[in-house]
Amino acid sequence: MAIMSREERTVLLDPFFNNNPIALQVLGICSALAVTTQMAPSLIMCVALTAVTAGSSLAVSIVRNYIPSSIRIIVQMCIIASLVIVVDQILQAYAFEISKQLSVFVGLIITNCIVMGRAEGYAMQNGPWSSLLDGIGNGLGYSLILMGTALCRELIGSGKLFGMVVLQSVNDGGWYYPNGLMLIAPGAFFIIGFFIWGLRTWKPEQVGSED
Amino acid sequence: MNGKANRGGHGLQKQGLYQAKRGTSGDGTVPAFALSEKMKFLRELQDKQYELFFKKGKPLEKFFPLYEANDTFLYTPGDVTKGASHVRDGLDLKRMMMTVVSALGLCMLMAMYNTGYQAFLAIEGGAAPLDSWQSSLYLTMGWEFSTSSIIGCLLYGAFFYIPIYAVTLVAGGLFEALFAIVRRHEINEGFLVTSALFPLILAPTIPLWQVALGISFGVVVAKEMFGGVGMNFLNPALSARAFLFFAYPVQISGDKVWIAAQTSPDGYSGATLLALAAHGLEIVETGLTSGIYALQQSGFTWWDAFLGRIPGSMGETSTLFCLVGAAVLIVTRIGSWRTMAGCVVGSFVMILTLNAVGSDTNPIFDVPFYWHWVLGGFAFGTVFMATDPVTSAFTETGKLIYGFCIGVLGILIRVINPAYPEGWMLAILFMNMFAPLIDHFMIQANIRRRAARYAA
Repeated sequence: MAIMSREERTVLLDPFFNNNPIALQVLGICSALAVTTQMAPSLIMCVALTAVTAGSSLAVSIVRNYIPSSIRIIVQMCIIASLVIVVDQILQAYAFEISKQLSVFVGLIITNCIVMGRAEGYAMQNGPWSSLLDGIGNGLGYSLILMGTALCRELIGSGKLFGMVVLQSVNDGGWYYPNGLMLIAPGAFFIIGFFIWGLRTWKPEQVGSED
Repeated sequence: MNGKANRGGHGLQKQGLYQAKRGTSGDGTVPAFALSEKMKFLRELQDKQYELFFKKGKPLEKFFPLYEANDTFLYTPGDVTKGASHVRDGLDLKRMMMTVVSALGLCMLMAMYNTGYQAFLAIEGGAAPLDSWQSSLYLTMGWEFSTSSIIGCLLYGAFFYIPIYAVTLVAGGLFEALFAIVRRHEINEGFLVTSALFPLILAPTIPLWQVALGISFGVVVAKEMFGGVGMNFLNPALSARAFLFFAYPVQISGDKVWIAAQTSPDGYSGATLLALAAHGLEIVETGLTSGIYALQQSGFTWWDAFLGRIPGSMGETSTLFCLVGAAVLIVTRIGSWRTMAGCVVGSFVMILTLNAVGSDTNPIFDVPFYWHWVLGGFAFGTVFMATDPVTSAFTETGKLIYGFCIGVLGILIRVINPAYPEGWMLAILFMNMFAPLIDHFMIQANIRRRAARYAA
């Protein structure tokens, strides 16, 4: 017997390409622009966000039938904020350097629309197991775009991958001219734009209607 | 759809040619007849190509835009307006674009002359010539590094300008053709203007691969992504330059890139006049650091700056030739005088304000308007970039406001933020984004006015 049913697999895998939180729903752009100049902090950010999304979706789903509708957003916020504080503390304890690089953006996971969106949009209506898969799936969908963006930005912008020199820059006696545009936020805008362009060319059904 | 319309054109052109032939066959006007025979050969060659390769169902059907570009270059398209009749201007996009390119002609010549002139001036001032193929070729051809020879300056400058222009045409043209083929639209003459403008706003020493990268970015991201010529909200040439400015600042800003010779801070400085004014120079008697004093002591006169014999981007230095271009654009009504006037008035107001405010720490505050108008990208940007009919405001009052804002912002960036000496480029791009908004409010205001008039 398979671990997951067909529906559960769809819940987990759909956010990768069919319903990507960044590329289709265009959520969570703020951190995607801010932390992706290098791959290492991006990876930590991805892990942190996936953990928070999975945990909050699971927790919200468990208590969903006891939350009064009028204060549901506040309850969700409390759950998410608690999880973010836990993640932030763990990072400060075990990965202090990178947590300093990420600075406020770990804390800002609280306001990341993806986390809130999954809790409100999915976990409030579905069981804990599906919600957990949905949270992980969306976290990984976010991570996919984030790591892709970070790969392009670090490689083109400084000729490195995970801090290791791949393309020797001119200043260090190599041949590669680092592209400074990739190191500022607009660079990420262009890269994510190109991703969305490519994805919608591949899957034309994602093209929005003209209004 | 495009293809079909053009095929309609074929028939018309053929008819016209045959009639011409019938008309000339009786009398003895040999030269005209011979010419039309030649032209007929060309027409038949084009038609044969179309029948054999580019027609629907033939092997090169996908490349119809390439054929179409060539065909409309050689022959005026025979398309006529369909549907309800309306008066249409005889000016088509192609002639409009060619007018702009010809208005740029003098600026192009100046780009070559001044590139050579500045290099030789530096060499005569003690700088070493560049260690590049341009220098070797120039010397091999038996010329000397001398500012007195106009032809020499032109030739040496051409060695820098022409490769940059060629790379722009090839790299940008490739992406134009690619998008035309994939999207099945015509190859548009708009690119001729973009490619003519782009080299003129670059430094002569820029690496050619950066030129290719920049124009590719301009064509793809600033134009084709939004649907091609007419749909772009940013000026492609300026976007391309902005891309290079932020991506590779070392090769397009600072003191070392504007002169095609080896300049050094202690020897012959290659700084632009704007950079000198921003840095300022101390007046010994008063102890004040003054921007205008730095300009006066720079070795260049106001007339040098007006004529364009100062370091800077290749084609932007000559205010005089920009004025000539402005005259051409205004007389042919392709460039809007409202936009240009708006820029001039806006900058005038802003400069006077800053002159009045004054500053102890920022020397460029005291530079008067007549200097600002001949420095940097002011003239070139105002005449050729701000007036781009696609990216500027459409409404007449809107153009005045749009130009005025460019003038204010351009001076503001230039003076308050000396880190971005190319304030004009950024101001125009910024206002490009606001042009649709300005138009929206102008149209709403007009609707309200008319509603009020008819309500009464």
